[in-house]
Amino acid sequence: MRTPRSAAVLVLVAGLLASQARAAETLKIGFITTLSGPQGVIGKHMKDSVELALDHLGRKVGGLETEVTYGDDQAKPDVGKQVADEMLKKHRVNFVAGVIWSNVLLAVAPTVTGSGTFMIDTNAGAHEFAGKQCHELFFATSWQNDQTPEAMGKYMQDQGITDVYVLAPNYAAGKDMVTGFKRFFKNKIVDEVYTKFGQQDYQAEISQIRAANPKAVFVFYPGGMGIQFVKQYVQAGLREQYPLYSVYTVDEVTLPALGDAALGSWETRYWSPDLKNEANAKYVGDFRKKFGYTPSYYGAQSYDGILLIDSAVRAVKGDLSNKKGMIAAMSRADFRSTRGKFTYNTNHFPIQNFYLLKAVKGGGGEVEMQIQKTVFENHKDAYYQECPMK
Amino acid sequence: MTALLVAEQCLNGLQLGVMLFLMAAGLTLVFGIMNLVNLAHGSLYMVGAYLATAVFNWSGSFLLGVLFALPATLAIGMLVEVIALRRLYERDHLDQVLATFGLILFFNEAVAIVWGRTALFTRVPRALAGHIMVLPGVRYPAYRAVIILVGLAVALVLYVLVNRTRLGMLIRAGASNRTMVAALGVNIRLLYTLVFGFGAALAALGGLMAGPIYNVQPGMGEEILIQVLVVIVIGGIGSIRGALVGAVVVGMVDTLGRAFLKPLLSTTLGPVAAQSAGPALASMLIYLLMAAVLFFRPRGLFPAVRS
Repeated sequence: MRTPRSAAVLVLVAGLLASQARAAETLKIGFITTLSGPQGVIGKHMKDSVELALDHLGRKVGGLETEVTYGDDQAKPDVGKQVADEMLKKHRVNFVAGVIWSNVLLAVAPTVTGSGTFMIDTNAGAHEFAGKQCHELFFATSWQNDQTPEAMGKYMQDQGITDVYVLAPNYAAGKDMVTGFKRFFKNKIVDEVYTKFGQQDYQAEISQIRAANPKAVFVFYPGGMGIQFVKQYVQAGLREQYPLYSVYTVDEVTLPALGDAALGSWETRYWSPDLKNEANAKYVGDFRKKFGYTPSYYGAQSYDGILLIDSAVRAVKGDLSNKKGMIAAMSRADFRSTRGKFTYNTNHFPIQNFYLLKAVKGGGGEVEMQIQKTVFENHKDAYYQECPMK
Repeated sequence: MTALLVAEQCLNGLQLGVMLFLMAAGLTLVFGIMNLVNLAHGSLYMVGAYLATAVFNWSGSFLLGVLFALPATLAIGMLVEVIALRRLYERDHLDQVLATFGLILFFNEAVAIVWGRTALFTRVPRALAGHIMVLPGVRYPAYRAVIILVGLAVALVLYVLVNRTRLGMLIRAGASNRTMVAALGVNIRLLYTLVFGFGAALAALGGLMAGPIYNVQPGMGEEILIQVLVVIVIGGIGSIRGALVGAVVVGMVDTLGRAFLKPLLSTTLGPVAAQSAGPALASMLIYLLMAAVLFFRPRGLFPAVRS
């Protein structure tokens, strides 16, 4: 009599303990972005989008209690690495997500994946992680740097534009962008100029452009650099002489400060607020309602990042130790992305469409980006074959 | 690379130098006279830019923005001096750096709370939106030409003020021997507050003119502050003349380096090496210059006389 009863008690206790352990399991996400300084506005777009994703998931990612810790990398690689270390060691996060800058990602991602933690990259697309340094724990919800300028290069090549003057800031992504551009643009490039990261005044470069007298200008100037470059370009009266084609320069982050100065700018992008699909309509609509401004791709990618984590944790029924299961789930990209349906390549970078956008006056009299046409369908990055994962 | 292009780039260099001078003048005065390292000088530049831009956008008149921002920033500067900085004069430079760094954080957050983190929209005032012909074949943006003129005018006014007026005499005296000036019955506290407020107004002038061409957003002051520190180290701490010369030299070296270093290098090193060495070297140029000046003239080109 005694034995079966005590066994039953034990089973009961074990069950209780197990359920308690399960209930105590919280999902911890560390989100690294730039929250201070002139580039802090990009971080705000990303953080607000993460909060919106959490709202849409009822504050429970993958059905688990969720804790999100935000870290400020100050747009500096060394600070980013410190923040990542703190998240891994002190907060013991299950996922590190975010990161705007390629040079910061180059410092952060190896630290994260090296400790056996998932890295969900929601912006920077350094080519290293698409190729030789790809990792099973690394997933990007954005793009590989080269892809977007590849689309612009293809469009300009198809238009028969030649004598192009190219400018970009002198850092990891700047080089990637120009490499990508040149992969599809084979006509003449007049000059290729790299400026200091964070430079404010472009008048010297503008004088050089006028002296070189090109047919068109292609630039990559993200965030505040874009505001300064485009303003000064238009003030110098260059817009009418040399049409401006850019990537990551004229966007929802910089448009409020640029206003009419942005009109007529061409961009390529994988996403735009006016992209037609149900998930995007919900994201853009609710975002505007909650925060009172128009979201950007920085935000859309971050929102997607949280949904991707949600899909992975759901697939393993909240068992965060099942990393293989989560990798398999994420590789399927089985969530309602703001960009519509897409698939993951073997290197865990998206295979997705790229569109041509133009800055035009919208219905409300404000300047906005509108999709003109599709440049690439299901476009793969140029590095996946170098990645050992198959 | 024609002579006209070189002339145009020299104008660009002068314009950048003038912007730096407006910041450097205030900073060097405060440093030289009060012996105070004020890292928050960039914050006053930012406050000036924000106040002017807000009034400009609200009223549609750039001039109104200027007329509001200058006295308002002067008042804010004096307030900061009275509340916070006055307690720091007798303490060492590390304490001053820490305290004024705290002020930077305070002002950046305050601005972000009031106006948000997104950069504000501004434009060049309509009357100055066009171009002028400075030389046959050289079109130059009118707004930038005005910046050069305003900066040179300020330099002239400062020169007269410091060298020809009673206030200037006190400022110079304060820079060389504070204790003696105080012993002679001059209200040195009031003098300090005035000088600090005046420096703040100069920074605001730089900031409000920078607004339409740069970027009005939190943290904008720190982007320019580093170059300004280079200027006053080169020029000599506490010297207005040094600030002017240092600013123009830094502006010229930076601009001409960015424009012509790569083409020059490619004639000697070949285009491939120039492509990678050019931009890297151009962005280091002003720091190399500073290192050289520190080596040969450790107190700067025009050190203030101090007993």
